[in-house]
Amino acid sequence: MQYMALIYTEEGKGPKPGTPEFGAFMKGYMDANEVYKRDGVLIAGDGLKGIDTATSVRIRGGKTETMDGPFAETKERLGGYYLFECEDLDAAIKYAAMIPTVAFGTIEVRPVMMPEDYGK
Amino acid sequence: MINSPGLNATLASVMRNDRGRLISALIGALGDFELAEEALSDALESALTHWARTGIPNSPTGWLLTVARRKAIDRIRRQKRFQGYTPEITHLAKMDEMDANANAPDIADQRLRLIFTCCHPALAAKTRVALTLRTLGGLSTGEIAAAFLDTEPAMGQRLSRARKKIARARIPFVTPAPDQWGERLNSVLAVIYLIFNQGYAATSGTSPTRVDLCDEAVFLARLLDQLQPAEPEIEGLLALLLTTHARRPARQNSSGATVALADQDHALWDHEMLGQGLDLLDRAIARGASGPYQIKAAISALHVGAAREAATDWHQIVLLYDALLGFEPTPVVALNRATALAEAGGLDQALQEFARLSPDLADYQPYHAACAEYLGRAGDHRASQAAYGRAIALSGNDADREFLRARRDKAAQKGSTTSREQ
Repeated sequence: MQYMALIYTEEGKGPKPGTPEFGAFMKGYMDANEVYKRDGVLIAGDGLKGIDTATSVRIRGGKTETMDGPFAETKERLGGYYLFECEDLDAAIKYAAMIPTVAFGTIEVRPVMMPEDYGK
Repeated sequence: MINSPGLNATLASVMRNDRGRLISALIGALGDFELAEEALSDALESALTHWARTGIPNSPTGWLLTVARRKAIDRIRRQKRFQGYTPEITHLAKMDEMDANANAPDIADQRLRLIFTCCHPALAAKTRVALTLRTLGGLSTGEIAAAFLDTEPAMGQRLSRARKKIARARIPFVTPAPDQWGERLNSVLAVIYLIFNQGYAATSGTSPTRVDLCDEAVFLARLLDQLQPAEPEIEGLLALLLTTHARRPARQNSSGATVALADQDHALWDHEMLGQGLDLLDRAIARGASGPYQIKAAISALHVGAAREAATDWHQIVLLYDALLGFEPTPVVALNRATALAEAGGLDQALQEFARLSPDLADYQPYHAACAEYLGRAGDHRASQAAYGRAIALSGNDADREFLRARRDKAAQKGSTTSREQ
């Protein structure tokens, strides 16, 4: 089964670029990626640019509306994701807990819909 | 023909004893909580008609398992009518054939997996409790709803959402790996302890002790101890429940008010249960791996021993609370420690602790009851009376209110005597 790990953080939390802590933090990501590849669970994973680059789009009354900013103004923002292929939720939680941001942010783990799930 | 009350009683007794075993065997075979529940209720319905005609089978549990599997095959066939390829059916049919060749089907005990699945941390705490009571305890949705002051439809929805999440997020039906064992076991123990506490101090109604839920928790703890023997924290939890539950008959007087431990009639205690609890605690401690439930059981045991000998070793109890704080640094544990400290002769220090804990425990009834007691002992009668007022207002049942009112009135008398003397 595929699971998406959504990485949420609060603005300003976590190590700042240029500090030794930031170096260790980035190395944490590289180490986690190595484990994911070694265990054959990694399908994809990316960080997202900041929410100041976000644009929200919707169509209302046939008209495309674009708005500057994220879908919802919340304290915790979506900052990146991983897509894992693993056996069950326990395995997905285990790999999600290796994402270094887990130490100060929150990782939401969601199973990905499969063809047999549509309509359920 | 068997009359239906007799038949219903037999079925109820089979379900009481073997429901967990049956449902866990079905989940193991089907890999699907919902389908297992549906197939089992199909089988029960079928038992009512068949057993009335042909009599109760030699192995009612085996009969139910076999029929439930067939019912599951029917359900899968109906769902997958258009899909042709159904490996589950082949697998189930093979199991069915094997059973037919054996005289009494051997039902592998998968209840330990079931307990861990029901208490999985990916489910909300209340959901874990409800699912455990429903699936392993065999309580009805209505009974669980009543115990948790919920409506039956709301509880039904909670259970149904939980089964769906287990299936759709694929929460595995396994006992946890060794590196996860401690944390996952804690979740199971917490669920059983919560069920017990809900039964012990019901927050509404006229009877404070819901015997059913306390018995249910003891049943679950015994089951867990049987399925996973020699695990000191499981033994500790069971010891805690038994030493507490054994004192239940003495906790209320004839008019229904709560009776303090020191004033209880020991003849009313269940001494056999108490003995079991104390033996179990000795065995747990001898294994040399301490934990919060063993410490709580040791505190409970000290209270019992003291009530027998009329001298409580409060210094020892303070030390045990210190150890417990290492595992559970919560305001409630700190409050209990402060109470023991006051009894051990450290009243001033205890009052400072109470003041420090005030913001965290403003809505906690036992906090105000403790403040009332010890402020009174320190001579601050006005503050003590105010604390009694808050404690009474926060009480959820008549027995506790009655107990506190009696104490408040006694303290008020004493207070006015003291002020006259001054």
